[in-house]
Amino acid sequence: MNDPATIRSLERRAATVRRHIISVAAAQYSHLGGAMSCADLLTALFFHALQLDGHGPRDHFLLSKGHAVTALHACLAERGLIDAAELPASGQLGSRLGGHPTHRAPGVEFATGSLGHALSVGIGIALAEQLSRTRARTAVLLGDGELQEGTVWEAALCAPRFGLENLVAIVDYNRFQAGGAVDEVLPLDPLADKWRAFRWNVIEIDGHDMAAIVDALARVPAAKGPTAIIAHTIKGKGVSGVEGTARAHYTMLTDEEARRALVALEAIQ
Amino acid sequence: MSGYFAALSAADILVELAEKNPNLVLLTQDFGPIGAFTPRFPERHFDVGISEQNLIGVAAGLAHAGKLPFVLAMAPFVSMRGFEQIRDDCAYNRNNVKIIAPFAGLEAGPWGATHHAQEDIALLRTIPGLTLLSPADPGESKRAVRAAASIDGPVYIRLGFMSPIDGYDVPFTVGEAVTLRDGSDVTLMATGGCVATALAAHATLAAAGVSAAVVNQHTLKPIDRAAVERAARSPGRIVTIEEHSIHGGLGGAVAEILAEIGTGRLARVGIRDTFCTEVAPYPDLLRIYGLDAAAVEKAAKHLVIS
Repeated sequence: MNDPATIRSLERRAATVRRHIISVAAAQYSHLGGAMSCADLLTALFFHALQLDGHGPRDHFLLSKGHAVTALHACLAERGLIDAAELPASGQLGSRLGGHPTHRAPGVEFATGSLGHALSVGIGIALAEQLSRTRARTAVLLGDGELQEGTVWEAALCAPRFGLENLVAIVDYNRFQAGGAVDEVLPLDPLADKWRAFRWNVIEIDGHDMAAIVDALARVPAAKGPTAIIAHTIKGKGVSGVEGTARAHYTMLTDEEARRALVALEAIQ
Repeated sequence: MSGYFAALSAADILVELAEKNPNLVLLTQDFGPIGAFTPRFPERHFDVGISEQNLIGVAAGLAHAGKLPFVLAMAPFVSMRGFEQIRDDCAYNRNNVKIIAPFAGLEAGPWGATHHAQEDIALLRTIPGLTLLSPADPGESKRAVRAAASIDGPVYIRLGFMSPIDGYDVPFTVGEAVTLRDGSDVTLMATGGCVATALAAHATLAAAGVSAAVVNQHTLKPIDRAAVERAARSPGRIVTIEEHSIHGGLGGAVAEILAEIGTGRLARVGIRDTFCTEVAPYPDLLRIYGLDAAAVEKAAKHLVIS
Protein backbone atom coordinates (compact mmCIF):
# COMPACT_ATOMS: atom_id res chain seq x y z
CA MET A 1 0.00 0.00 0.00
CA ASN A 2 1.04 3.57 -0.60
CA ASP A 3 2.07 5.90 2.11
CA PRO A 4 -0.78 8.47 2.34
CA ALA A 5 1.73 11.27 2.86
CA THR A 6 3.46 10.36 -0.41
CA ILE A 7 0.17 10.41 -2.27
CA ARG A 8 -0.80 13.77 -0.73
CA SER A 9 2.57 15.17 -1.69
CA LEU A 10 2.15 14.00 -5.28
CA GLU A 11 -1.37 15.48 -5.39
CA ARG A 12 0.02 18.83 -4.27
CA ARG A 13 2.75 18.56 -6.90
CA ALA A 14 0.15 17.78 -9.58
CA ALA A 15 -1.75 20.92 -8.56
CA THR A 16 1.43 22.94 -9.05
CA VAL A 17 2.01 21.31 -12.45
CA ARG A 18 -1.55 22.30 -13.41
CA ARG A 19 -0.92 25.88 -12.29
CA HIS A 20 2.11 26.00 -14.61
CA ILE A 21 -0.02 24.68 -17.47
CA ILE A 22 -2.61 27.39 -16.78
CA SER A 23 0.11 30.04 -16.86
CA VAL A 24 0.53 29.15 -20.54
CA ALA A 25 -3.20 28.82 -21.29
CA ALA A 26 -3.89 32.22 -19.75
CA ALA A 27 -1.28 33.84 -22.00
CA GLN A 28 -1.99 32.20 -25.35
CA TYR A 29 -3.83 29.43 -27.17
CA SER A 30 -2.46 26.00 -26.27
CA HIS A 31 -3.42 22.32 -26.11
CA LEU A 32 -4.77 22.87 -22.60
CA GLY A 33 -7.18 19.96 -22.36
CA GLY A 34 -4.75 17.15 -23.12
CA ALA A 35 -2.09 18.67 -20.88
CA MET A 36 -4.45 18.95 -17.91
CA SER A 37 -5.84 15.45 -18.43
CA CYS A 38 -2.38 13.85 -18.15
CA ALA A 39 -1.03 16.11 -15.38
CA ASP A 40 -1.56 13.50 -12.64
CA LEU A 41 -0.01 10.76 -14.77
CA LEU A 42 3.08 12.85 -15.57
CA THR A 43 3.44 13.94 -11.97
CA ALA A 44 3.44 10.32 -10.81
CA LEU A 45 5.98 9.40 -13.48
CA PHE A 46 8.35 12.34 -12.96
CA PHE A 47 8.21 12.60 -9.17
CA HIS A 48 7.68 9.04 -8.03
CA ALA A 49 7.75 6.13 -10.46
CA LEU A 50 10.66 6.85 -12.79
CA GLN A 51 14.32 7.09 -11.91
CA LEU A 52 15.40 10.00 -14.08
CA ASP A 53 18.68 11.05 -12.51
CA GLY A 54 21.14 10.01 -9.87
CA HIS A 55 22.90 6.68 -9.87
CA GLY A 56 21.82 3.38 -11.36
CA PRO A 57 19.91 2.74 -14.58
CA ARG A 58 18.05 5.75 -15.84
CA ASP A 59 14.44 5.20 -16.85
CA HIS A 60 12.99 6.65 -20.03
CA PHE A 61 9.94 8.79 -20.75
CA LEU A 62 8.50 9.57 -24.18
CA LEU A 63 5.56 11.91 -24.67
CA SER A 64 3.99 10.35 -27.74
CA LYS A 65 1.08 12.83 -27.58
CA GLY A 66 3.55 15.67 -28.07
CA HIS A 67 0.88 18.38 -28.09
CA ALA A 68 0.54 17.90 -24.30
CA VAL A 69 3.94 19.57 -24.13
CA THR A 70 2.95 22.17 -21.54
CA ALA A 71 2.41 19.34 -19.01
CA LEU A 72 5.89 18.03 -19.80
CA HIS A 73 7.47 21.47 -19.55
CA ALA A 74 5.65 22.03 -16.25
CA CYS A 75 7.19 18.84 -14.86
CA LEU A 76 10.63 19.87 -16.13
CA ALA A 77 10.15 23.20 -14.38
CA GLU A 78 9.28 21.40 -11.15
CA ARG A 79 12.42 19.32 -11.58
CA GLY A 80 14.42 22.54 -11.86
CA LEU A 81 15.55 21.93 -15.44
CA ILE A 82 13.76 25.00 -16.77
CA ASP A 83 12.37 28.08 -15.10
CA ALA A 84 8.59 28.14 -14.60
CA ALA A 85 8.71 31.81 -15.59
CA GLU A 86 9.64 30.70 -19.12
CA LEU A 87 6.35 28.86 -19.61
CA PRO A 88 3.96 31.73 -20.51
CA ALA A 89 6.28 32.77 -23.37
CA SER A 90 6.36 29.27 -24.89
CA GLY A 91 6.52 29.44 -28.66
CA GLN A 92 7.56 33.09 -28.69
CA LEU A 93 10.74 34.35 -30.34
CA GLY A 94 13.73 33.38 -28.25
CA SER A 95 11.92 30.78 -26.12
CA ARG A 96 13.41 27.33 -25.87
CA LEU A 97 9.96 25.87 -25.24
CA GLY A 98 8.12 24.91 -28.41
CA GLY A 99 4.59 23.76 -29.13
CA HIS A 100 5.78 20.15 -29.11
CA PRO A 101 8.72 18.59 -27.24
CA THR A 102 12.08 19.43 -28.82
CA HIS A 103 15.70 18.98 -27.83
CA ARG A 104 16.00 22.71 -27.18
CA ALA A 105 14.27 22.18 -23.84
CA PRO A 106 16.58 20.53 -21.31
CA GLY A 107 15.19 17.26 -20.02
CA VAL A 108 13.19 16.36 -23.12
CA GLU A 109 14.28 12.83 -23.98
CA PHE A 110 12.75 12.54 -27.44
CA ALA A 111 11.29 15.12 -29.83
CA THR A 112 7.75 14.21 -30.84
CA GLY A 113 4.79 15.84 -32.53
CA SER A 114 3.57 13.69 -35.38
CA LEU A 115 1.32 11.16 -33.67
CA GLY A 116 1.90 7.43 -33.54
CA HIS A 117 5.70 7.46 -33.38
CA ALA A 118 6.87 7.04 -29.81
CA LEU A 119 5.56 3.59 -28.92
CA SER A 120 7.82 2.06 -31.60
CA VAL A 121 10.71 4.18 -30.35
CA GLY A 122 9.91 3.04 -26.81
CA ILE A 123 10.09 -0.57 -27.97
CA GLY A 124 13.56 0.07 -29.38
CA ILE A 125 14.70 1.68 -26.13
CA ALA A 126 13.21 -1.10 -24.00
CA LEU A 127 14.81 -3.69 -26.28
CA ALA A 128 18.20 -1.99 -25.95
CA GLU A 129 17.89 -1.96 -22.15
CA GLN A 130 16.84 -5.61 -22.18
CA LEU A 131 19.88 -6.46 -24.36
CA SER A 132 22.14 -4.54 -22.00
CA ARG A 133 20.53 -6.40 -19.06
CA THR A 134 19.68 -3.21 -17.18
CA ARG A 135 16.57 -2.76 -15.07
CA ALA A 136 15.71 0.55 -16.74
CA ARG A 137 12.05 1.02 -17.59
CA THR A 138 10.55 2.88 -20.53
CA ALA A 139 7.23 4.73 -20.23
CA VAL A 140 5.33 6.05 -23.25
CA LEU A 141 2.32 8.33 -22.84
CA LEU A 142 -0.20 8.09 -25.68
CA GLY A 143 -3.31 10.08 -26.44
CA ASP A 144 -6.62 8.39 -27.17
CA GLY A 145 -7.11 10.09 -30.53
CA GLU A 146 -3.54 9.08 -31.30
CA LEU A 147 -4.60 5.43 -31.18
CA GLN A 148 -6.33 6.02 -34.50
CA GLU A 149 -2.84 6.00 -36.08
CA GLY A 150 -2.10 2.54 -37.49
CA THR A 151 1.53 2.67 -36.37
CA VAL A 152 0.38 2.41 -32.74
CA TRP A 153 -1.04 -1.02 -33.54
CA GLU A 154 2.08 -2.11 -35.42
CA ALA A 155 3.93 -1.32 -32.22
CA ALA A 156 1.25 -2.90 -30.02
CA LEU A 157 1.66 -6.12 -32.01
CA CYS A 158 5.44 -5.94 -31.76
CA ALA A 159 6.17 -5.29 -28.07
CA PRO A 160 4.85 -8.61 -26.67
CA ARG A 161 6.84 -10.44 -29.37
CA PHE A 162 10.04 -9.32 -27.63
CA GLY A 163 8.74 -9.87 -24.10
CA LEU A 164 9.39 -6.30 -23.01
CA GLU A 165 8.46 -6.46 -19.33
CA ASN A 166 10.24 -3.12 -18.85
CA LEU A 167 7.88 -1.21 -21.18
CA VAL A 168 4.69 0.57 -20.15
CA ALA A 169 2.27 2.32 -22.50
CA ILE A 170 -0.11 4.73 -20.78
CA VAL A 171 -3.22 5.87 -22.62
CA ASP A 172 -4.63 9.23 -21.56
CA TYR A 173 -8.25 8.36 -22.33
CA ASN A 174 -9.83 11.80 -22.04
CA ARG A 175 -12.39 11.04 -24.78
CA PHE A 176 -11.88 14.19 -26.84
CA GLN A 177 -9.74 14.93 -29.89
CA ALA A 178 -9.38 18.00 -32.13
CA GLY A 179 -12.51 17.21 -34.13
CA GLY A 180 -14.77 16.47 -31.17
CA ALA A 181 -15.63 13.44 -29.04
CA VAL A 182 -13.54 10.35 -29.77
CA ASP A 183 -16.73 8.29 -29.71
CA GLU A 184 -18.10 10.40 -32.56
CA VAL A 185 -14.92 10.76 -34.65
CA LEU A 186 -13.68 7.15 -34.48
CA PRO A 187 -14.58 5.12 -31.40
CA LEU A 188 -11.92 3.05 -29.62
CA ASP A 189 -13.98 0.87 -27.30
CA PRO A 190 -13.64 -1.79 -26.12
CA LEU A 191 -10.16 -0.33 -25.64
CA ALA A 192 -8.83 -2.50 -22.80
CA ASP A 193 -9.94 -5.61 -24.69
CA LYS A 194 -7.98 -4.48 -27.73
CA TRP A 195 -4.74 -4.24 -25.75
CA ARG A 196 -5.48 -7.57 -24.03
CA ALA A 197 -6.02 -9.17 -27.43
CA PHE A 198 -2.59 -7.85 -28.43
CA ARG A 199 -1.18 -9.72 -25.39
CA TRP A 200 -0.42 -6.77 -23.10
CA ASN A 201 -0.93 -6.75 -19.33
CA VAL A 202 -3.79 -4.29 -19.03
CA ILE A 203 -4.57 -2.13 -16.01
CA GLU A 204 -7.55 0.23 -16.10
CA ILE A 205 -7.55 3.11 -13.65
CA ASP A 206 -9.02 6.49 -12.90
CA GLY A 207 -6.23 8.67 -14.28
CA HIS A 208 -6.85 11.32 -11.62
CA ASP A 209 -6.64 8.92 -8.67
CA MET A 210 -3.03 9.39 -7.59
CA ALA A 211 -2.94 6.27 -5.42
CA ALA A 212 -4.28 4.19 -8.31
CA ILE A 213 -1.71 5.68 -10.70
CA VAL A 214 1.14 4.97 -8.31
CA ASP A 215 -0.10 1.41 -7.76
CA ALA A 216 -0.40 0.75 -11.49
CA LEU A 217 3.10 2.08 -12.24
CA ALA A 218 4.52 -0.03 -9.43
CA ARG A 219 3.41 -3.11 -11.36
CA VAL A 220 6.08 -2.40 -14.03
CA PRO A 221 8.15 -4.40 -14.80
CA ALA A 222 5.43 -7.01 -15.03
CA ALA A 223 6.02 -10.73 -14.68
CA LYS A 224 5.42 -11.27 -18.38
CA GLY A 225 5.33 -8.87 -21.30
CA PRO A 226 4.62 -5.15 -21.60
CA THR A 227 1.99 -3.29 -19.60
CA ALA A 228 -0.74 -0.99 -20.91
CA ILE A 229 -2.39 1.38 -18.46
CA ILE A 230 -5.70 2.70 -19.69
CA ALA A 231 -6.15 5.87 -17.66
CA HIS A 232 -9.67 7.27 -17.75
CA THR A 233 -9.27 11.02 -17.54
CA ILE A 234 -11.16 14.27 -17.99
CA LYS A 235 -10.12 16.62 -20.75
CA GLY A 236 -9.07 19.95 -19.24
CA LYS A 237 -9.26 18.53 -15.68
CA GLY A 238 -9.03 21.31 -13.14
CA VAL A 239 -10.57 24.15 -15.14
CA SER A 240 -14.19 24.50 -14.16
CA GLY A 241 -16.48 25.25 -17.10
CA VAL A 242 -13.88 24.03 -19.60
CA GLU A 243 -13.13 20.51 -18.37
CA GLY A 244 -14.90 17.72 -20.18
CA THR A 245 -15.72 19.85 -23.22
CA ALA A 246 -14.52 19.80 -26.83
CA ARG A 247 -13.32 23.39 -26.43
CA ALA A 248 -10.71 22.23 -23.91
CA HIS A 249 -8.60 20.59 -26.66
CA TYR A 250 -7.08 23.83 -27.93
CA THR A 251 -8.04 27.02 -26.21
CA MET A 252 -7.02 30.16 -24.36
CA LEU A 253 -8.49 30.95 -20.95
CA THR A 254 -10.08 34.26 -20.05
CA ASP A 255 -8.55 36.06 -17.09
CA GLU A 256 -11.56 35.07 -15.00
CA GLU A 257 -11.37 31.38 -15.99
CA ALA A 258 -7.67 31.28 -15.21
CA ARG A 259 -8.12 33.09 -11.89
CA ARG A 260 -10.86 30.72 -10.72
CA ALA A 261 -8.87 27.65 -11.76
CA LEU A 262 -5.77 28.89 -9.94
CA VAL A 263 -7.77 29.56 -6.77
CA ALA A 264 -9.23 26.06 -6.88
CA LEU A 265 -5.79 24.50 -7.43
CA GLU A 266 -4.23 26.52 -4.65
CA ALA A 267 -6.82 25.04 -2.29
CA ILE A 268 -5.21 21.64 -2.88
CA GLN A 269 -2.03 22.82 -1.17
CA MET B 1 23.84 -9.39 -58.90
CA SER B 2 20.55 -8.40 -57.35
CA GLY B 3 20.59 -5.69 -54.73
CA TYR B 4 19.26 -8.25 -52.32
CA PHE B 5 22.24 -10.53 -52.82
CA ALA B 6 24.51 -7.51 -52.62
CA ALA B 7 22.86 -6.76 -49.29
CA LEU B 8 23.38 -10.31 -48.09
CA SER B 9 26.97 -10.12 -49.13
CA ALA B 10 27.22 -6.81 -47.27
CA ALA B 11 25.92 -8.70 -44.24
CA ASP B 12 29.32 -10.39 -44.15
CA ILE B 13 30.74 -6.97 -43.38
CA LEU B 14 28.18 -6.62 -40.60
CA VAL B 15 29.49 -9.82 -39.03
CA GLU B 16 32.98 -8.37 -39.07
CA LEU B 17 31.74 -5.06 -37.60
CA ALA B 18 29.61 -6.85 -35.01
CA GLU B 19 32.56 -8.89 -33.79
CA LYS B 20 34.26 -5.62 -32.86
CA ASN B 21 31.19 -3.68 -31.73
CA PRO B 22 28.89 -5.45 -29.24
CA ASN B 23 26.29 -2.72 -29.74
CA LEU B 24 25.69 -3.53 -33.42
CA VAL B 25 22.26 -5.11 -33.99
CA LEU B 26 20.41 -6.07 -37.16
CA LEU B 27 16.72 -5.36 -37.78
CA THR B 28 14.70 -6.81 -40.64
CA GLN B 29 11.11 -7.02 -41.83
CA ASP B 30 10.06 -10.58 -42.66
CA PHE B 31 13.40 -11.55 -44.20
CA GLY B 32 14.26 -14.77 -42.33
CA PRO B 33 17.89 -15.50 -41.41
CA ILE B 34 20.39 -13.08 -42.95
CA GLY B 35 23.56 -14.48 -44.52
CA ALA B 36 26.35 -15.13 -42.09
CA PHE B 37 24.96 -12.69 -39.51
CA THR B 38 22.03 -14.57 -38.02
CA PRO B 39 23.88 -17.85 -37.41
CA ARG B 40 26.71 -15.96 -35.73
CA PHE B 41 24.60 -13.48 -33.72
CA PRO B 42 21.07 -14.89 -33.37
CA GLU B 43 20.46 -12.81 -30.24
CA ARG B 44 21.35 -9.60 -32.09
CA HIS B 45 19.02 -10.06 -35.08
CA PHE B 46 15.45 -8.87 -34.65
CA ASP B 47 12.74 -9.31 -37.25
CA VAL B 48 9.71 -7.11 -36.58
CA GLY B 49 7.53 -8.54 -39.33
CA ILE B 50 5.91 -6.58 -42.13
CA SER B 51 5.77 -3.13 -40.53
CA GLU B 52 8.19 -0.58 -41.97
CA GLN B 53 7.07 2.32 -39.80
CA ASN B 54 7.45 0.32 -36.61
CA LEU B 55 10.74 -1.04 -37.94
CA ILE B 56 12.33 2.39 -38.26
CA GLY B 57 10.84 3.62 -34.98
CA VAL B 58 12.26 0.61 -33.14
CA ALA B 59 15.64 1.16 -34.81
CA ALA B 60 15.59 4.81 -33.69
CA GLY B 61 14.85 3.72 -30.12
CA LEU B 62 17.69 1.21 -30.15
CA ALA B 63 20.07 3.91 -31.39
CA HIS B 64 18.73 6.36 -28.80
CA ALA B 65 19.66 3.87 -26.06
CA GLY B 66 23.18 3.38 -27.40
CA LYS B 67 22.91 0.52 -29.87
CA LEU B 68 24.10 0.65 -33.49
CA PRO B 69 21.14 -0.65 -35.49
CA PHE B 70 21.50 -1.73 -39.11
CA VAL B 71 18.13 -2.11 -40.82
CA LEU B 72 17.67 -4.32 -43.86
CA ALA B 73 14.41 -3.52 -45.64
CA MET B 74 13.07 -3.24 -49.18
CA ALA B 75 13.77 0.17 -50.72
CA PRO B 76 10.29 1.01 -52.05
CA PHE B 77 8.54 0.26 -48.76
CA VAL B 78 11.04 1.49 -46.22
CA SER B 79 11.64 4.77 -48.08
CA MET B 80 7.97 5.60 -48.52
CA ARG B 81 6.13 3.97 -45.61
CA GLY B 82 9.06 4.61 -43.30
CA PHE B 83 9.74 8.12 -44.55
CA GLU B 84 8.33 10.03 -41.60
CA GLN B 85 10.08 7.75 -39.11
CA ILE B 86 13.35 8.24 -40.99
CA ARG B 87 12.75 11.99 -40.96
CA ASP B 88 11.48 12.46 -37.39
CA ASP B 89 12.81 9.58 -35.32
CA CYS B 90 16.19 9.09 -37.03
CA ALA B 91 17.26 12.42 -38.55
CA TYR B 92 15.41 15.05 -36.49
CA ASN B 93 16.15 13.21 -33.24
CA ARG B 94 19.73 12.55 -34.43
CA ASN B 95 19.70 8.80 -34.06
CA ASN B 96 22.42 6.68 -35.56
CA VAL B 97 20.39 4.27 -37.72
CA LYS B 98 21.80 2.60 -40.85
CA ILE B 99 19.32 1.46 -43.47
CA ILE B 100 20.39 -1.01 -46.15
CA ALA B 101 17.74 -0.91 -48.87
CA PRO B 102 17.79 -3.55 -51.61
CA PHE B 103 15.30 -3.68 -54.52
CA ALA B 104 16.04 -0.07 -55.40
CA GLY B 105 15.10 1.07 -58.91
CA LEU B 106 13.37 -1.44 -61.16
CA GLU B 107 15.04 -4.56 -59.83
CA ALA B 108 11.72 -6.11 -58.83
CA GLY B 109 10.93 -6.17 -62.57
CA PRO B 110 7.61 -7.85 -63.37
CA TRP B 111 6.46 -7.63 -59.75
CA GLY B 112 5.32 -4.26 -60.93
CA ALA B 113 5.26 -0.58 -60.08
CA THR B 114 4.29 -1.09 -56.44
CA HIS B 115 7.65 -2.80 -55.96
CA HIS B 116 9.75 -0.34 -57.96
CA ALA B 117 11.69 2.27 -55.96
CA GLN B 118 11.95 5.22 -58.34
CA GLU B 119 11.49 8.07 -55.87
CA ASP B 120 13.57 7.16 -52.81
CA ILE B 121 16.48 9.46 -53.72
CA ALA B 122 14.14 12.41 -54.27
CA LEU B 123 12.39 11.82 -50.96
CA LEU B 124 15.40 11.15 -48.77
CA ARG B 125 17.55 13.88 -50.30
CA THR B 126 15.34 16.43 -48.53
CA ILE B 127 16.09 15.14 -45.03
CA PRO B 128 18.66 17.24 -43.12
CA GLY B 129 21.48 15.23 -41.57
CA LEU B 130 20.83 12.05 -43.54
CA THR B 131 23.62 10.52 -45.61
CA LEU B 132 22.47 8.82 -48.82
CA LEU B 133 24.81 6.29 -50.41
CA SER B 134 24.31 4.50 -53.73
CA PRO B 135 27.22 2.16 -54.45
CA ALA B 136 27.97 0.96 -57.96
CA ASP B 137 28.74 -2.72 -57.55
CA PRO B 138 28.76 -5.50 -54.94
CA GLY B 139 32.31 -4.73 -53.84
CA GLU B 140 31.54 -1.06 -53.39
CA SER B 141 28.38 -2.02 -51.47
CA LYS B 142 30.54 -3.68 -48.86
CA ARG B 143 32.78 -0.63 -48.68
CA ALA B 144 29.69 1.60 -48.34
CA VAL B 145 28.40 -0.47 -45.41
CA ARG B 146 31.75 -0.16 -43.71
CA ALA B 147 31.76 3.61 -44.33
CA ALA B 148 28.20 3.90 -43.01
CA ALA B 149 29.20 2.29 -39.72
CA SER B 150 31.77 5.02 -39.13
CA ILE B 151 29.38 7.90 -39.81
CA ASP B 152 27.75 9.46 -36.74
CA GLY B 153 24.20 9.86 -38.02
CA PRO B 154 21.52 8.15 -40.08
CA VAL B 155 22.54 6.59 -43.40
CA TYR B 156 20.47 5.08 -46.22
CA ILE B 157 22.31 2.73 -48.56
CA ARG B 158 20.50 2.24 -51.84
CA LEU B 159 21.07 -1.12 -53.48
CA GLY B 160 19.60 -1.99 -56.86
CA PHE B 161 20.65 -4.58 -59.38
CA MET B 162 24.37 -4.24 -59.97
CA SER B 163 27.02 -6.02 -62.02
CA PRO B 164 30.54 -6.41 -60.64
CA ILE B 165 32.86 -3.88 -62.28
CA ASP B 166 36.16 -5.52 -63.26
CA GLY B 167 39.12 -4.20 -61.33
CA TYR B 168 37.06 -1.60 -59.45
CA ASP B 169 38.44 -1.43 -55.93
CA VAL B 170 39.05 2.17 -54.92
CA PRO B 171 38.69 3.41 -51.34
CA PHE B 172 35.17 4.60 -50.51
CA THR B 173 35.14 8.18 -49.27
CA VAL B 174 31.69 9.55 -48.44
CA GLY B 175 30.93 12.59 -50.60
CA GLU B 176 33.79 12.04 -53.07
CA ALA B 177 32.76 10.91 -56.54
CA VAL B 178 35.05 8.48 -58.36
CA THR B 179 36.23 9.08 -61.92
CA LEU B 180 36.46 5.72 -63.67
CA ARG B 181 37.21 7.02 -67.19
CA ASP B 182 38.50 10.33 -68.43
CA GLY B 183 36.87 11.93 -71.46
CA SER B 184 36.85 15.27 -73.26
CA ASP B 185 33.44 15.47 -74.97
CA VAL B 186 30.90 14.54 -72.32
CA THR B 187 30.75 13.30 -68.73
CA LEU B 188 28.56 10.31 -67.97
CA MET B 189 27.64 10.82 -64.33
CA ALA B 190 25.97 7.76 -62.91
CA THR B 191 24.94 6.19 -59.63
CA GLY B 192 24.31 2.63 -58.46
CA GLY B 193 24.19 -0.14 -61.06
CA CYS B 194 23.96 2.54 -63.77
CA VAL B 195 27.72 3.10 -63.40
CA ALA B 196 28.24 -0.20 -65.23
CA THR B 197 25.76 0.97 -67.88
CA ALA B 198 27.80 4.16 -68.26
CA LEU B 199 30.97 2.12 -68.71
CA ALA B 200 29.31 0.09 -71.46
CA ALA B 201 28.17 3.30 -73.15
CA HIS B 202 31.69 4.73 -72.79
CA ALA B 203 33.00 1.87 -74.95
CA THR B 204 30.43 2.23 -77.73
CA LEU B 205 30.79 6.01 -77.71
CA ALA B 206 34.57 5.65 -78.04
CA ALA B 207 34.05 3.45 -81.07
CA ALA B 208 31.89 6.21 -82.51
CA GLY B 209 34.56 8.82 -81.85
CA VAL B 210 33.00 10.37 -78.74
CA SER B 211 35.27 10.71 -75.72
CA ALA B 212 33.15 10.20 -72.58
CA ALA B 213 34.29 10.49 -68.98
CA VAL B 214 32.57 8.21 -66.47
CA VAL B 215 31.99 9.49 -62.93
CA ASN B 216 30.47 7.44 -60.14
CA GLN B 217 28.39 9.58 -57.78
CA HIS B 218 28.16 6.96 -55.05
CA THR B 219 27.13 9.57 -52.49
CA LEU B 220 23.91 11.37 -53.36
CA LYS B 221 23.75 13.33 -50.11
CA PRO B 222 26.01 15.13 -49.58
CA ILE B 223 26.60 15.02 -53.34
CA ASP B 224 30.10 15.77 -54.64
CA ARG B 225 29.24 19.25 -55.84
CA ALA B 226 32.83 20.01 -56.88
CA ALA B 227 32.81 17.03 -59.26
CA VAL B 228 29.61 18.34 -60.85
CA GLU B 229 31.05 21.84 -61.19
CA ARG B 230 34.25 20.52 -62.77
CA ALA B 231 32.28 18.51 -65.34
CA ALA B 232 29.98 21.48 -65.99
CA ARG B 233 32.99 23.62 -66.91
CA SER B 234 34.85 20.93 -68.82
CA PRO B 235 33.69 19.19 -70.94
CA GLY B 236 30.56 21.26 -70.20
CA ARG B 237 28.17 18.44 -71.05
CA ILE B 238 26.79 16.01 -68.47
CA VAL B 239 24.55 12.99 -68.90
CA THR B 240 23.15 11.79 -65.58
CA ILE B 241 22.16 8.11 -65.39
CA GLU B 242 20.06 6.64 -62.61
CA GLU B 243 17.48 3.96 -62.03
CA HIS B 244 15.15 6.54 -60.53
CA SER B 245 12.78 9.23 -61.66
CA ILE B 246 14.51 12.05 -63.51
CA HIS B 247 12.72 14.31 -61.04
CA GLY B 248 14.55 14.93 -57.81
CA GLY B 249 17.21 12.24 -58.04
CA LEU B 250 20.76 12.48 -59.35
CA GLY B 251 19.57 14.32 -62.48
CA GLY B 252 17.60 16.74 -60.35
CA ALA B 253 20.51 17.30 -57.97
CA VAL B 254 22.91 18.00 -60.86
CA ALA B 255 20.36 20.28 -62.54
CA GLU B 256 20.11 22.34 -59.34
CA ILE B 257 23.88 22.82 -59.27
CA LEU B 258 24.12 23.72 -62.99
CA ALA B 259 21.32 26.24 -62.63
CA GLU B 260 23.09 27.88 -59.71
CA ILE B 261 26.49 28.15 -61.37
CA GLY B 262 24.95 29.11 -64.71
CA THR B 263 27.07 26.87 -66.87
CA GLY B 264 27.01 23.39 -68.37
CA ARG B 265 24.43 21.45 -70.35
CA LEU B 266 22.58 18.43 -69.09
CA ALA B 267 20.67 15.39 -70.32
CA ARG B 268 18.97 13.17 -67.80
CA VAL B 269 18.69 9.43 -68.36
CA GLY B 270 16.21 7.97 -65.91
CA ILE B 271 12.57 7.10 -65.54
CA ARG B 272 10.45 9.78 -67.21
CA ASP B 273 7.21 10.89 -65.58
CA THR B 274 5.70 7.42 -65.67
CA PHE B 275 5.09 4.22 -63.75
CA CYS B 276 6.88 1.29 -65.36
CA THR B 277 3.75 -0.71 -66.07
CA GLU B 278 5.00 -2.91 -68.94
CA VAL B 279 5.24 -6.51 -67.75
CA ALA B 280 8.76 -7.71 -68.47
CA PRO B 281 11.89 -9.07 -66.82
CA TYR B 282 14.27 -6.50 -65.39
CA PRO B 283 16.71 -6.16 -68.36
CA ASP B 284 13.80 -5.62 -70.76
CA LEU B 285 12.33 -2.95 -68.51
CA LEU B 286 15.63 -1.06 -68.71
CA ARG B 287 15.43 -1.10 -72.50
CA ILE B 288 11.70 -0.26 -72.66
CA TYR B 289 12.03 2.69 -70.28
CA GLY B 290 15.26 4.06 -71.78
CA LEU B 291 17.73 3.12 -69.06
CA ASP B 292 20.14 0.89 -70.99
CA ALA B 293 23.53 1.65 -72.54
CA ALA B 294 21.91 2.40 -75.91
CA ALA B 295 19.80 5.12 -74.28
CA VAL B 296 22.88 6.61 -72.63
CA GLU B 297 24.78 6.55 -75.93
CA LYS B 298 21.91 8.29 -77.70
CA ALA B 299 21.60 10.98 -75.03
CA ALA B 300 25.36 11.61 -75.03
CA LYS B 301 25.59 11.87 -78.82
CA HIS B 302 22.64 14.24 -78.92
CA LEU B 303 24.30 16.46 -76.34
CA VAL B 304 27.64 16.44 -78.16
CA ILE B 305 26.33 17.25 -81.65
CA SER B 306 23.60 19.72 -80.70
